[in-house]
Amino acid sequence: MTATSKAETPVLELRGVTKTYSVKQGLFGTAKPLTAVNDVSLSLGRGQVLGLVGESGCGKSTLAKILLGLEAPTQGEVRVDGERIDAADRRKLARRIQPIFQDPYSSLNPRKSIEDIVSLPLLVHDVGDSASRSKAVREILDIVGLPARVMQTYPSQMSGGQRQRVAIARALIMKPEIVICDEPTSALDVSVQSQILNLLGDLRAEFGLTYLFISHDLAVVEHLATRVAVMYLGRIVEETQVADLFDTPRHPYTQALLKSVLTPDPGQGVPDTELGMEYPNPIAPPPGCHFHPRCPVAMDKCRTDRPYPVATPDGHVECHLFGGEQTQPTKSA
Amino acid sequence: MSDMTTDPLLAQITGPTPGQLLRRRIFGHQGLLIGAVVLALLVLVALFAPVLAPHDPYAQNLLERMQPPVFLGGTWNHPLGTDHLGRDYLSRLIYGARVSLLIGTIAALISGLIGTAMGVAAGYFGGRVDAVVTFLINVRLAMPVVLVALAVVAIMGGSLQVVIVVLGLLLWDRFAVVMRSSTLQVRGREYVAAARAVGCSTPRILLSEIMPNIVNNLIVVVTLEMAHAILLEAALSFLGLGVQPPTPSWGLMVSEGKNMMLFEPWMVLIPGAVLFVLVLAINLMGDGLRDVTAPENRS
Repeated sequence: MTATSKAETPVLELRGVTKTYSVKQGLFGTAKPLTAVNDVSLSLGRGQVLGLVGESGCGKSTLAKILLGLEAPTQGEVRVDGERIDAADRRKLARRIQPIFQDPYSSLNPRKSIEDIVSLPLLVHDVGDSASRSKAVREILDIVGLPARVMQTYPSQMSGGQRQRVAIARALIMKPEIVICDEPTSALDVSVQSQILNLLGDLRAEFGLTYLFISHDLAVVEHLATRVAVMYLGRIVEETQVADLFDTPRHPYTQALLKSVLTPDPGQGVPDTELGMEYPNPIAPPPGCHFHPRCPVAMDKCRTDRPYPVATPDGHVECHLFGGEQTQPTKSA
Repeated sequence: MSDMTTDPLLAQITGPTPGQLLRRRIFGHQGLLIGAVVLALLVLVALFAPVLAPHDPYAQNLLERMQPPVFLGGTWNHPLGTDHLGRDYLSRLIYGARVSLLIGTIAALISGLIGTAMGVAAGYFGGRVDAVVTFLINVRLAMPVVLVALAVVAIMGGSLQVVIVVLGLLLWDRFAVVMRSSTLQVRGREYVAAARAVGCSTPRILLSEIMPNIVNNLIVVVTLEMAHAILLEAALSFLGLGVQPPTPSWGLMVSEGKNMMLFEPWMVLIPGAVLFVLVLAINLMGDGLRDVTAPENRS
């Protein structure tokens, strides 16, 4: 979980992954490229939890879809245990990477019993006979904290927290190495959120799972993640250890995100992020640094030249403030 | 982690299963029950026509032609009277139920298969498949059913088989439209993405993830199109281009009775009334099914 894990083969690695959609506006409009994920490189060691944060529309979910094999990257490659994965190997990928989705009300088929939902991965991959599958379902339900008698019930009979546990059971029944959690708690009550987060933490320790944890809730990420990547308009603008990011946020966007964390004190109201309300149009991203129109410390250079990743002690940041070699924290906070 | 099972909140399972809820809604819906009972009775009548019919529906008896029904002073030998060729009206009505239900069922089945396949494919795959299907739907909607049926019957000659095939090949538009939009709706749900991430093949996703969630819409359209097909058959037969005499068909009976309508209005009213009851029963049932099978989120 420290810098030493970089030495071994990362369990999940992305190299220059880019996903471009072609968006047609209107009946006779010409198709324009929309770069949802732009040249993203990440690597995750075994047992790590990478928190991926960013605003809606920044490409988090597209990245998750690429990792799950639901979308093929336009460029770049995804490696699991150093082995290159193509979207065509979806079945193979499915044994190693499993998703937990945001909304447990939409992620479980309402027409199927819990047993059918949880055992579907086993059925699809021809694992065991129906008796052994049933036994596996009972075991995994016990692990996620559900009694065996829920097997014959339907999703509509369950609460949101119970449903999310079912979704976790489905994700874990194939014993995958990597779990992609796409905002797994944002649709749940606050009291249930912490239960699910603790469950995810326990399961990681028990099975040595690696998580890619997508969230817009920095408090959740701070609680669970070991590393954090901040995404803006398809690019990872900062990536580092979780403590480092929360202690010394480098990128102005990271600083703004940290300011946006709501405090428990209701008197303070919604914090001012100084970002303004407008999210740039991803079809026509601003020139230079994509963030410059909203950046409080933008310089002339930011408007014309795109920044390149600059190494920091634990990761990288992509901002002209840090020049080519500057690595120590700056005074800009 | 097994100590978590003792959490009372987690052990709590609230409410009945979807199946129990469905049964409860069915038995609480009067229109659905009435429609279903009437339809079931008519299906039984059609199935047991040879047992129930007092006479041979084709047997002519010119000595006993144009006898009125019992309630207009006729005899119990012909409870609903006889037509202009002396054929027993009740027997022809009973055998006519076979024709109507056969045409309704098979035409709805054929068009259901065509329309569902097209609609689900368009909704799930989108893109070019969707463009082609939408174009075909528009082409189909631009063709008036009765005119096309008339043209085909004029070329091929009218018969029960021709009517069934023509109606089956013409009535798939509503299936395609409804199935397409239902599939579009369901395709975006996360359980479909989850099934894909698990490694399910496309046929499995369509059959076990998508179909169970849109089949309620399909059932409703089947009932509507069945009623539609039955009415069209009656209309075509009335125009003389559907089922050909002497086959007992309700539309044909109305057509044959229309010459006498001013003097013997019952000859038109009786088959008309039975047709009305059958279509009403089917529509009541379809309407009820739509209410009853709505998704879980309604209380």
